[in-house]
Amino acid sequence: MPKQDAIPKPDNTVERHTLTVLVDNEAGVLARVVGLFSGRGYNIESLTVAEVDPMARTSRITIVTSGTLHVIEQIEQQLKRLVPTHKVTNWTSAKAGIEREMALIKVAGTGEKRVEALRMADAFRARPVDTTHSSFVFEITGSPAKIDSFVDLMRPLGLVDVSRTGVAAISRGPEAM
Amino acid sequence: MQKGAETPLYLWCGYEQTDFEGLTMDKDDTLTAGAAQAAAETMTGAQMVIRALKDQGVTHIFGYPGGAVLPIYDALFKVEGITHVLVRHEQGATHAAEGYARSTGKPGVVLVTSGPGATNAVTGLTDALMDSIPLVVLTGQVPTHLIGTDAFQECDTVGITRPCTKNNWLVKDVNDLSRVLHEAFEIATTGRPGPVVVDIPKDVQFQSGAYHGPHAIHHRTWRPKTDPDLGTIVKAVEMMAAAKRPLFYTGGGIINSGPEASRLLRELVDLTGFPITSTLMGLGAFPASRPEWLGLVGMHGTWEANHAMHDCDLMINLGARFDDRVTGKVSAFSPGSKKIHLDIDPSQINKIVRVDLGIVGDAAKALREMIRFWKTQKHQVQAAALKDWWKQIDKWREKKSLSYRNSDTIIKPQYAIDRLYELTKHRDDVYVTTEVGQHQMWAAQRFQFQQPNHWMTSGGLGTMGYGLPAAVGVQMAHPGALVIDIAGEASVQMTMQEMSTAMQYELPIKIFILNNEYMGMVRQWQEILHGKRYSHSYSEALPDFVKMAEAFGCVGLRATKPSELDDKIKEMISVKKPVLFDVRVDPAENCYPMIPSGGAHNEMLLSPDDGGEISDAGKMLV
Repeated sequence: MPKQDAIPKPDNTVERHTLTVLVDNEAGVLARVVGLFSGRGYNIESLTVAEVDPMARTSRITIVTSGTLHVIEQIEQQLKRLVPTHKVTNWTSAKAGIEREMALIKVAGTGEKRVEALRMADAFRARPVDTTHSSFVFEITGSPAKIDSFVDLMRPLGLVDVSRTGVAAISRGPEAM
Repeated sequence: MQKGAETPLYLWCGYEQTDFEGLTMDKDDTLTAGAAQAAAETMTGAQMVIRALKDQGVTHIFGYPGGAVLPIYDALFKVEGITHVLVRHEQGATHAAEGYARSTGKPGVVLVTSGPGATNAVTGLTDALMDSIPLVVLTGQVPTHLIGTDAFQECDTVGITRPCTKNNWLVKDVNDLSRVLHEAFEIATTGRPGPVVVDIPKDVQFQSGAYHGPHAIHHRTWRPKTDPDLGTIVKAVEMMAAAKRPLFYTGGGIINSGPEASRLLRELVDLTGFPITSTLMGLGAFPASRPEWLGLVGMHGTWEANHAMHDCDLMINLGARFDDRVTGKVSAFSPGSKKIHLDIDPSQINKIVRVDLGIVGDAAKALREMIRFWKTQKHQVQAAALKDWWKQIDKWREKKSLSYRNSDTIIKPQYAIDRLYELTKHRDDVYVTTEVGQHQMWAAQRFQFQQPNHWMTSGGLGTMGYGLPAAVGVQMAHPGALVIDIAGEASVQMTMQEMSTAMQYELPIKIFILNNEYMGMVRQWQEILHGKRYSHSYSEALPDFVKMAEAFGCVGLRATKPSELDDKIKEMISVKKPVLFDVRVDPAENCYPMIPSGGAHNEMLLSPDDGGEISDAGKMLV
């Protein structure tokens, strides 16, 4: 029998993972996926869903979730088990994905703060999509971390509202997921 | 349905008389199970339901009519070849269908109405999901234009049943109906079996559309993996050949795979001579009379089975899922063993217990390959080590962990089950169902099952009230067989009304009640865990079961002394009617052995004298 300390301890580090689920676009499919997360006590940090192939009637759901590696593995297995699921990909484990998020960010203010906001936006390649004398709405695309930092920078400059799409992910190279 | 009823239901359901036109059928239109239909046929949704059932080979359905399924019941009225069993409560229909499915290997089919019909079916659906029983449950729904308006008898059936089904559908277009029905059967029965719900609005039942037969249907995405990877099989047999203290730990997956899996399991045990134990759901897959059989594993398993689990060096899990009732304390679960896990559902592998080798596939297919590779690669067991292992197991067996102190004056529940077994063991057509609690564990420990599909019990969900309606379903499928529900007096009252169903269909089921006047397992836990404070576990006002049986038109029997038990059991068996047998047993008897919650396999209690300290963490567990 192995010595007690020879048995590897379970890794309880909580990690954040991005998963994509390709599903049949049928009634209730999103409820099925979301219900799986709530029913089994998994987390959802962001969720993005849209039909991606109207001919094949498939939708792509991208979920950012967190948990121990054991839990993440269970999430993947449980998602695969759903009847309308075609495929599940874990971009974080595969390390071959590109993740992007879009956000619309409203900043209100005048004078020096307003100029500063515009300058920052330029540095982040955020585009003003609505402008008044006292406000901007910026459109910004990038990794969730980039959007986080932009939002933090806007906070002292008159941040009013944030709307984020959640993460979309795709693989690098010529292959499909 | 009563034809020509005075107040037609369609009037208050908002239907015009003309809605029925599409449903008119002449005698010569009688639905037949066709061979391959090349072209689609046109028929109403209600007719499609019946036609799809016939094309799927369904011969029995369990149901209860109501406003939202009247068109289907009307189509059923004219059909031959399908027996409808009218239950007394929709929960009864689902459990009867489970009993039917479990004893035949075929899917159980249920037909209920919208709203309360559907919600009453939820317990049975959850039970079937937990125990992997194939059920196809058809529910009526309010017409599509009323969905979402809080209409009479409306509920969000697909929403309510989504977490307790393998898949479910709301069919809004009659032209989708036949496809969905055939997909429903495919999904319920393939891969890991489970329950499905098809929710059919009433207007869809009336509309006409194109019917497609099952041959034309194949689900877009559902491709369960049933063929195991041969690499994993090769590795498994190598591990088996190297094992010094091996153990087969089998579960319901062997039963669900079909009788061939049980046959192959016997062959594999013959080849290797390894000891074998089983979960509650797997009883009967391996004959209890064989010397390799160690008995039930888990919380109320035998001393030898649990110690073998704890001390083995190779655990070969075939179709079981490391349920908490089996593992006990996971961190202390079989600490020194390598583990192989065969399951048809990939999500089960590494879910609770990390295994060294996972095999995804159907049990029969995997067993066949294991046997083939064992033979062709000329593997041999570690004979000397195995001999020592058996010596150790024999030492554990000497504990005789299922023994109990019998009495001349009071019927011990263990004695009652032993006598029931002894007086029926000469027959091979004995089917046993159970309710949930002490009686269930005693039955699992003591009734010696020799064949698969003869033991029907609610394992995962632990549904009190399962056994009586399940017996109805089993007896429908096996008219001449001896079907016994080993029951407790508390459980049986939960679905008692199905005695009436048994009478209506002349099903001579035997309800063998071990009446200890308590919710026995609750009382046992209160005794051990809660300082003998028997909070609300005593039934103060039990019915007179004999009179109740008579009120249903059944036969009531009662035994209070051990000396009268045998004659009464014989009488119960010989009566050609449903029998309620009120066996008055010792109210204080506890079910042993027992691994207290949070305990490990080598921390079993064998008797009340063992005391047993329950940790605070253990008390938190169920």
